[in-house]
Amino acid sequence: MPGSAAARSNYCANWSRAEPSGVDTPHTSSPTSGPSTGRSDSLNSGLKIQFSGIEKRYGMRMALRGVSLEIGAGECVALVGHNGSGKTTLLKITALLARPSKGQLSFSSGDSVLSSGDIKQRIGMVAHNTLLYDELTAEENLVFFAKLFNLPEPAARARQSLEPVGLARRSADMVRTFSRGMRQRLAIARALLASPQLLLFDEPAAGLDPEGQQWLGQTLARLHAEGCTIVMSTHGRNETQGSVTRAIRLEGGEITHDSGPNGDPYGVLALAAVRETAEGDAR
Amino acid sequence: MSFMHSTATILAKELRTEFRSRELLGTTVVFVLIVIVLFSFTFNPTSSESRRFGPGLLWLAFLFAGSLMLQPSFLREQTNDTLAALRLAPIDPFSILAGKMAANFLFLLLVEIILLPVFAVLYNIAIFPILAPLVLVLALGTIGLATTGTVFSAVAAQARLRELLLPLLLLPVLAPVLIASTEATVGLLRDPSELSPVWLTFLTSFDVVFLTAAWLFGEYLLEE
Repeated sequence: MPGSAAARSNYCANWSRAEPSGVDTPHTSSPTSGPSTGRSDSLNSGLKIQFSGIEKRYGMRMALRGVSLEIGAGECVALVGHNGSGKTTLLKITALLARPSKGQLSFSSGDSVLSSGDIKQRIGMVAHNTLLYDELTAEENLVFFAKLFNLPEPAARARQSLEPVGLARRSADMVRTFSRGMRQRLAIARALLASPQLLLFDEPAAGLDPEGQQWLGQTLARLHAEGCTIVMSTHGRNETQGSVTRAIRLEGGEITHDSGPNGDPYGVLALAAVRETAEGDAR
Repeated sequence: MSFMHSTATILAKELRTEFRSRELLGTTVVFVLIVIVLFSFTFNPTSSESRRFGPGLLWLAFLFAGSLMLQPSFLREQTNDTLAALRLAPIDPFSILAGKMAANFLFLLLVEIILLPVFAVLYNIAIFPILAPLVLVLALGTIGLATTGTVFSAVAAQARLRELLLPLLLLPVLAPVLIASTEATVGLLRDPSELSPVWLTFLTSFDVVFLTAAWLFGEYLLEE
């Protein structure tokens, strides 16, 4: 079939499920526990991602300029930067939604090579939009995506996934009747459905009230504690940044600051927040 | 996940969302009925004239139905960027197109089934004696309509002026399938009725070529 890994010349996937993550888990698990994974390796090891000279061009505009970066398994990385700095493009390329114009992206956790289809099975994404069907109920949405991910007992899995996000009682309601916060919770439930080992969040706190942000912060902490690799784009300071182990600032499609895997991410986050405030004041 | 399983899952979702709202089917059926009734009153054809002009009017009505029904196929996926959610799933990208093609084929076929008896009554054409070959021609023509329409709907959905773009792209490409379908239907309505193997082969070839092209380039069609 076309559309196989061979067709994606810019992607290379190396993967091994056996290797333990070896990642510190500084956060304790929250009382809200997610659905059982249904995969033996579950969330025990996150994905390691390597970007080599990634460029992305939309027509004449360069969205990313030679981004080279390595994100270790189990890291929780915050991508910061003003609008148009390339955060979303980088996330889309990582999710295999966009093809880089130049450069190579590889996923690894060992020696085995997997196809892009196998990588997709292990990626969960919460995008700026909810990626949910308004005309379907919350449960129907999750059952649909559980079937696409070939999960066993999709109906049971969907019901199970609605519990931790606090939407079990609204499972039969249409998504169009949900508030922004409820939609975001459902979007997170959808992203976690297949027990991904790499989670990508594009401004996950957008539209969430302080209570929702706190819930999201706890959820991220739990996922990070379980060893899942998390990459999220974020604006300003919010509750979701509690688990961040590394911060990367993008500007004009280039990495300008990187706290590194062992550095203090809060310096970069504080710098980004200060710049955003200054830019906001200047406007 | 197998290709058939993912295609069936997407087809089931398309049918569920459409039959829940019925907005697309409802408006299309009303629109094409108005077109057929208006043509009938405008031309007031005799039985022999109906046999000559009827097939053209019928396929024109189906083309209008297709233009109305195929546009939202991918536009709906843009509301919450659900196309990205489909592309995130570990499935063959062609199954996204195939599921939507199958849904569009069934929706168009349903419109045609509703329209055909009305057409037969208004234009005084006996369709029962030629029902089996007519269904074959309708099916082949509709596959061509649904396949090309779905493919171009995917292309147009990501462009500016998308409402204008789809008919502009679609009409020239659909011209061969419309001519072949009309000619095959004219042959069926002739006395004695004749199922032209030339037009039937042409329709089958058109369907195979476009399905193969969609299978080969489906992944690229869905990319941003």
